[in-house]
Amino acid sequence: MPYDKTIRRHTIAVIVDNEPGILARVVGLFSGRGYNIESLTVAEVDAVARLSRITVVTTGTEMIIEQIKNQLARLVPVHKVSDLTAEGPHVERELLLVKVASTGDERVEALRIADIFRARVVDSTTESFVFEVTGSSEKLSAFMTLMDPLGMVEVSRTGVVAISRGPQAIMKRGEAG
Amino acid sequence: MPEQPTGAQRMTGAEIVIKSLLDQGVDVVFGYPGGAVLPIYDALFKQNALRHVLVRQEGGAVHAAEGYARSSGKVGVVLVTSGPGATNAVTGLTDALMDSIPIVCLTGQVPTHLIGNDAFQEADTTGITRPCTKHNYLVKDVNELGRTLHEAFYVARSGRPGPVVVDLPKDVQFAEGLYEGPANVRHRTYRPQTEADPALIEKAIDLIAGAKRPVFYCGGGVINAGTEASKLLTQFVRLTGYPCTLTLMGLGAFPASDPLFLGMLGMHGTYQANLAMHGADVLINIGARFDDRVTGRLNAFSPGSRKIHVDIDPSSINKNVPVELGIIGDCRQVLKQLIEAWKKRKAKPDGKALKEWWRQIDEWRARDCLRYQPSDSVIKPQYAIQRLYQLTRDMEPFITTEVGQHQMWAAQFFGFEKPHHWMTSGGLGTMGYGLPAAVGVQMANPGKLVVDIAGEASILMNIQELSTAVQYRLPVKIFIINNQWMGMVRQWQELLHGGRYSESYTEALPDFVKLADAFGCVGMRAAKPCDVDRIIKEMIKVDRPVVVDVMVDKTENCFPMIPSGAAHHEMLLGPADEAKKPVSEEGMVLV
Repeated sequence: MPYDKTIRRHTIAVIVDNEPGILARVVGLFSGRGYNIESLTVAEVDAVARLSRITVVTTGTEMIIEQIKNQLARLVPVHKVSDLTAEGPHVERELLLVKVASTGDERVEALRIADIFRARVVDSTTESFVFEVTGSSEKLSAFMTLMDPLGMVEVSRTGVVAISRGPQAIMKRGEAG
Repeated sequence: MPEQPTGAQRMTGAEIVIKSLLDQGVDVVFGYPGGAVLPIYDALFKQNALRHVLVRQEGGAVHAAEGYARSSGKVGVVLVTSGPGATNAVTGLTDALMDSIPIVCLTGQVPTHLIGNDAFQEADTTGITRPCTKHNYLVKDVNELGRTLHEAFYVARSGRPGPVVVDLPKDVQFAEGLYEGPANVRHRTYRPQTEADPALIEKAIDLIAGAKRPVFYCGGGVINAGTEASKLLTQFVRLTGYPCTLTLMGLGAFPASDPLFLGMLGMHGTYQANLAMHGADVLINIGARFDDRVTGRLNAFSPGSRKIHVDIDPSSINKNVPVELGIIGDCRQVLKQLIEAWKKRKAKPDGKALKEWWRQIDEWRARDCLRYQPSDSVIKPQYAIQRLYQLTRDMEPFITTEVGQHQMWAAQFFGFEKPHHWMTSGGLGTMGYGLPAAVGVQMANPGKLVVDIAGEASILMNIQELSTAVQYRLPVKIFIINNQWMGMVRQWQELLHGGRYSESYTEALPDFVKLADAFGCVGMRAAKPCDVDRIIKEMIKVDRPVVVDVMVDKTENCFPMIPSGAAHHEMLLGPADEAKKPVSEEGMVLV
């Protein structure tokens, strides 16, 4: 059967048991089999059922993406694997913290651009700001491009978190065994 | 021990280990003691229900457990200490992962308060074994121990089987806690699909019944699905009258003596099997994984066929070869469904097309691709294995192998009528597998003939296990095809590297007859073709471990062969072919 050979970006959500070593299992799977990781985030999402959600952004051909999903699903502590990109509309968000150290016109300009991007100032000294921006990865990258000549000295990004649109959940709360 | 009101019992961690193994129906453990597992060895000492086989190196313990598991269909159990005990087990664990063998390996660990402190004989066992196990656990609470062990057995044998490591810190072995029996254990996440989607079964029957040039290509998944799966496969293949080929791991899943059997396929498979794969219009893969040793060059693999792939592991489907119909399920269950659907529909193969297809296959068969140049003066390795087969076949022997030319000749010349009689390291290709595996096979099958068909290089990798065989009076037979070369390495150097035989000749080999004697085994030697029958008959008669040194032709190569980077229809049939078809540059870089 002919497979599409185009390399595409996919955002995959993985619901796992929150147990020691689970992140190492997922990361080891990607490095061991030579798959790409563009970003990866993980946090506990259900303290009662001890569940964590891993959001991984990866790239590959259709056949590789199918492999990645099957390999993830094969890990014993994995409850669900959901390819948000393939399964319909979804929301992706990322959070960015940028430190800009500048004075004079550059400092004023940085503040103006931050306003356009609806960035919040979360720390301020006479010669620096820390901005917080939330949005799509593209928006964050655009903000960084504009801040670069204005004294941007440090950047911290969370990586993508994502969720599908509409009332359906990939796994109902309380569904875990 | 007094019963608790909940049904749970109080005992020490070490006692929980023994109780869990017994509750899982384990009768033998392969292991080696050390500081971090002494409490478990103490608990072993105080009981008689569970036997322990003391190997001579931990690597041998895992291979022995693999041999035990493959020949019995049960889970093999290993017990080793922390640090070097665990790291020595890594090769065997990887081997079991590649070949889908159910193993539970218990490793000792330094006490929990010392973990991470670089303590004596400490290693990050769960970290090291994560990529070479199906799953692993570190147990930090004695109350979790029983449940974890039962879960480990469930994971090891369910779905696509594999090795599971349970790392046990020493303080957990000493601590007292509540033991939970296997009845209450239900896994939170792991529930593999065993029954196939009925709609896919119907589609499969459409494809199978409509085929004009079909071929069954089946593998180790059928063996892993139990004896009944092999019977069902045989029944289904005979219902259709289609040709059937098996992978190295699948030998025995379909009777070798059946006229529908084409022999093994792949790199050293038969001409008829590989050309049938190449020319097929419908390929029915049951429990095989399109391994590179089977497919040859992927873009020329079975180019004209519509492909059905039955596998219990969804990640096997569309991994190497895109298929039209991927069916997820246990081979036994799926075969049952296929047979029912076939009968219900009163499906009939296309008789005329099938007759023509068989005429073509018989033409390929007539090439007699396994033919070799016989000799009166020197023992041909193929001859030795052929005679071993002919003189022992009525005893339904269990055969293990090491890795290399002798392994391929064994696969080509030994016919298997039943599953679970052929134990070989397929995926990982581990030299040194065969002898410890034979120890495990003999433990599971007392009174049966167990032969390790070995090479003189491979056997030296785990030769210490002869001592184990002697200690437990396991009358395994080690049949060494001795050509003084790492034969397969030499064959590739001949084919790919201009005959520069870099380090593939062993200049100083032990005298295997004396070596056998030193270990307390019986040593024998065959130097001339006329010795072969006599030696084999003598070997069978001796009720002790025997090492047979069969001195064979040093220059013989293993044919037929698909050189790496070539396709099924570009096979080399013998030495004369070699010169005519040089290996491509792309092929050189492949393994």
